[in-house]
Amino acid sequence: MIGIVVVSHSSKVAEGVVDIARQVSSEAIPIMAAGGTSDGRIGTDAMRIKDAIESVNQGNGVLIFVDLGSAILSAETAIDLLGVDYVEIVDAPLVEGVIASAVQVTITDDIEDIKRVAHESKKMNKI
Amino acid sequence: MITSKLLLKSLNNMQAVIAENKEYLTELDAKIGDADHGINMNKGFKAVKAKLEDAGEDSCDKILKTVAMTLISTVGGASGPLYGTAFLKAAGVVEGDSISDENLVEVFSAAIGGVQLRGKAEQGEKTMLDALIPAYNAFKEAIENGEVLEDALGKSVEAAADGVEYTKTIVASKGRASYLGERTLGHQDPGATSSYLLLKALYETVSED
Repeated sequence: MIGIVVVSHSSKVAEGVVDIARQVSSEAIPIMAAGGTSDGRIGTDAMRIKDAIESVNQGNGVLIFVDLGSAILSAETAIDLLGVDYVEIVDAPLVEGVIASAVQVTITDDIEDIKRVAHESKKMNKI
Repeated sequence: MITSKLLLKSLNNMQAVIAENKEYLTELDAKIGDADHGINMNKGFKAVKAKLEDAGEDSCDKILKTVAMTLISTVGGASGPLYGTAFLKAAGVVEGDSISDENLVEVFSAAIGGVQLRGKAEQGEKTMLDALIPAYNAFKEAIENGEVLEDALGKSVEAAADGVEYTKTIVASKGRASYLGERTLGHQDPGATSSYLLLKALYETVSED
């Protein structure tokens, strides 16, 4: 399966999004939260993200979902430190994008297909 | 020339100047950002100091790499990956137990390259680059004109200070401050300010040596 890493400035947000994704997915998926700093502050930590990427990687690729600002910079730094090409940051809303992808990874290993679904969640009408 | 001993002393002084200016940087950030720059930088440099004391490294590349990895993992805000990548790229152009003046020009250039790679910003966007780029240009020119390191760094710090002043006159288009647009006018950029402070600490360390 494609791995998913959820990056937020808040560890609670990242873990909460992972909880929802696990709930909506029909089977166990490789997903991990990498939110907050290691000393419990609001922020992001490239090393946590790097560790999360390595732990969800099953060999088919990893997608990173981010909230904003330093989450993107830290995720890019983590990818650079790993020096690998199987990881991508997805331009999608954090909650909706992760939920859509959590379902899609159980259906396909095609990373482009999962990214497409995540992108589409950007345009989802709620009302 | 900067020996590894002088480099370590400079980094300790950088930690001290960031600690002294923690509140000041945070106040600047409160006006146009999320009021955490001083706190984050202080966390990062305190961790750097502790890590360097433990590591006992004596090669400049390893020292710079330790600084990079520590900032990347402890700062928490955007300045972590930005300064972290700067130090990481700097480490990549250094070898052994000293940095010659000419090599320091390369180090400076590589560090700015790291900030640009990570932040995707240009000069004039109210970021640390508005202090760093003029500081680099002044430093490079002085070294190429055969000036001694202390004088070259002095000119570099002056250019960085001017760069910080310049950030008051421009509107932010990168990062959290960009949400405020025109309202950032008149405020100096906290990132440019911390860059100036780090350079000033380096200059003062070299002057005292």
